[in-house]
Amino acid sequence: MSAQPLNFVPASEFKQRAAVAVADEHLRKSFRGAMDFLINKRAAQFPDPEALEGQRSLAEHIRKYSLARLPDLLEQLERKLTANGVKVHWAENAHEACAIIIGIAQRHSTRLMVKGKSMVSEEVELNHAMADVGIEALESDMGEYIVQLDGEKPSHIIMPAIHKTKEQIARLFAAKVPGASYTDSVDELIGIGRAVLREKFMTAEVGMSGVNFAVAETGTLCLVENEGNGRMCTTVPDVHIAITGIEKVVEKLEHVPPLFGLLTRSATGQAITTYFNMISGPRQPGEKDGPREVHLVLVDNGRTQAYSDQQMRATLQCIRCGACMNHCPVYTRIGGHAYGTTYPGPIGEIISPHMMGLAATHVLPTASTLCGACGEVCPVRIPIPELLVRLRGEAQHEARPGHPPMVGQGAARSRLVDAIWSGWMALYTRPKLYRAFGWLATRLRVLTPPMQGGWTVSRTPMKPAAKTLHELMAARKRGR
Amino acid sequence: MSARDNILRRLRAAPQGQTPLPPDVGAFHAALAAAAPVGTRASRIELFCEKMTFWHGEVVRVTRNNWPQKLRELCAARGIRSLLYGAQGEHARALEAAGIDGLKPYDRPVDEWKKELFEDTDAGLTSTRGGIAETGTLIIWPDAAEPRLLSLVPPIHFALLDGDRLYDTLFQAISEQQWSDGMPTNALLVSGPSKTADIQVTLAYGAHGPKELIVLLLVNEEEQA
Repeated sequence: MSAQPLNFVPASEFKQRAAVAVADEHLRKSFRGAMDFLINKRAAQFPDPEALEGQRSLAEHIRKYSLARLPDLLEQLERKLTANGVKVHWAENAHEACAIIIGIAQRHSTRLMVKGKSMVSEEVELNHAMADVGIEALESDMGEYIVQLDGEKPSHIIMPAIHKTKEQIARLFAAKVPGASYTDSVDELIGIGRAVLREKFMTAEVGMSGVNFAVAETGTLCLVENEGNGRMCTTVPDVHIAITGIEKVVEKLEHVPPLFGLLTRSATGQAITTYFNMISGPRQPGEKDGPREVHLVLVDNGRTQAYSDQQMRATLQCIRCGACMNHCPVYTRIGGHAYGTTYPGPIGEIISPHMMGLAATHVLPTASTLCGACGEVCPVRIPIPELLVRLRGEAQHEARPGHPPMVGQGAARSRLVDAIWSGWMALYTRPKLYRAFGWLATRLRVLTPPMQGGWTVSRTPMKPAAKTLHELMAARKRGR
Repeated sequence: MSARDNILRRLRAAPQGQTPLPPDVGAFHAALAAAAPVGTRASRIELFCEKMTFWHGEVVRVTRNNWPQKLRELCAARGIRSLLYGAQGEHARALEAAGIDGLKPYDRPVDEWKKELFEDTDAGLTSTRGGIAETGTLIIWPDAAEPRLLSLVPPIHFALLDGDRLYDTLFQAISEQQWSDGMPTNALLVSGPSKTADIQVTLAYGAHGPKELIVLLLVNEEEQA
């Protein structure tokens, strides 16, 4: 586990960014519109609630079973892939993952690496690491290409450029793509991206991809996509490097269809994506294309911490559909960038503390109203609200007996809050003291200040009632 | 200790509850199938065509005898100057006999002619291993005879699909064709031409792969209409 979190995200910055985002009418309109679109598309795919629950039960079962057998399945996957001619690498943290990939790229004197969509590569900050050694890592998913061209990061795990309007993209292309003139036709903009990137697929020495499912029994890496850039990256260059978190493995090929069907329906409301790409090995003698080398980098980066707690292990059931963020009232209002982490929204709030430590991320689990929408739509039934509450607690107290401390355990603990809770406990466990406090508070109500710190920023001030509930009840009894 | 050993050690040291029983995906599908009307060849063909059309794929019904001629007409109508195919593929002889202009075999490693493939090839033809009715999906297993890029790089992709090889679901295809006995280096499911909705959730076709997908569906004479 990395001792030093890679991207420290101070809590105060999250709150500032959230405040700025909430005040940005244009951003809110973009997200509201896009999220409503995705919510409706998903709902149309699940007309029968009973059937959906059956599918969720099966998918949850498959993920729980796979996680229960995770170490065995990882070893089986490694054996199978190795037998198929794929080289398997293991990385404990982001730094190791980048070093492995840089090593492979440098062995092939790589100048250009084309990338298919991979959230794990964002998580380990691969593009920066590659730039530091002078290798261009070019994103080729249209949305990722757009945000990279503008020096930004994705704001949604499935739709990376959702925060941009087509006019903004039109201006970006006109300014940054050589030879492109201004057009706000979506077809023409996609045409420009297509032309630029096909040239790059042809010349890149290395292609990268993520992995949606890794199948242990056959040694197969499955990739889900619509655009075809994933197939380009994994087929045209001489070397293909896939990167994935250790939790993505399933035992059997037949375990894939239920997860795949729920993934695409939950993510974008599609019954299936254009391409489902299953890679089991490099180019064989006689074959005329495909990479000559295939590598898989298995990344831990805090996942074993989540795994070692039976409740928090459910975090690793995630298949990265993004439905939780699409349905989150907080995410919809502040957008993905405000979180400052690779994975935004509810899933980001429960996974980031394991990747980056609670010291950097303890504010994230509080960015939720606990309305429960995320848990309700999760196709693999991760109890996200329960995990948010659990993490809020872990940030406030020492590890409970029998639980190993998390990285950054108790990081949000403050003397003031501790003192307030001690006072609360003293009052509420001593009836006489409680009554005396109530009597005093109601009698001194005229002294309540009109400004009450954070509370009155957007709410009316709190003021005790004229009489305590005890007094009111006693009066009622007398009157009867 | 290597990273591998450390990761596996941490995983094995984690408290283990009871391992759930292996999921029975077969039983799940059997229960669904029992509740639904029995799929027939005709219903599968109907559903496949409907779904493939929904994905912006075009389905043309052809027969074993007339498909090369139909393909020739389709190519001529679109002004296709070059049609890439697998020279050792199962349909190569029939194709070569049809007199299609610009027929081009994919007969050498891509490294020798990458630029021509990307910049000067209008269309590609592949066979398929079957189709999935539920989602309007082609199953393609590229091999030495029909390489991987045949279905990806040319802007138009023609795929020959046998109506006898339609399955109701992906699960049925995987189990009946016994994929777990051995997967090829690359296997694909393809549902329509490539697309993206990354700009303002507006759907656009022809993202990085083919702009058009035309399925030549092999049916009997009487099913052709």
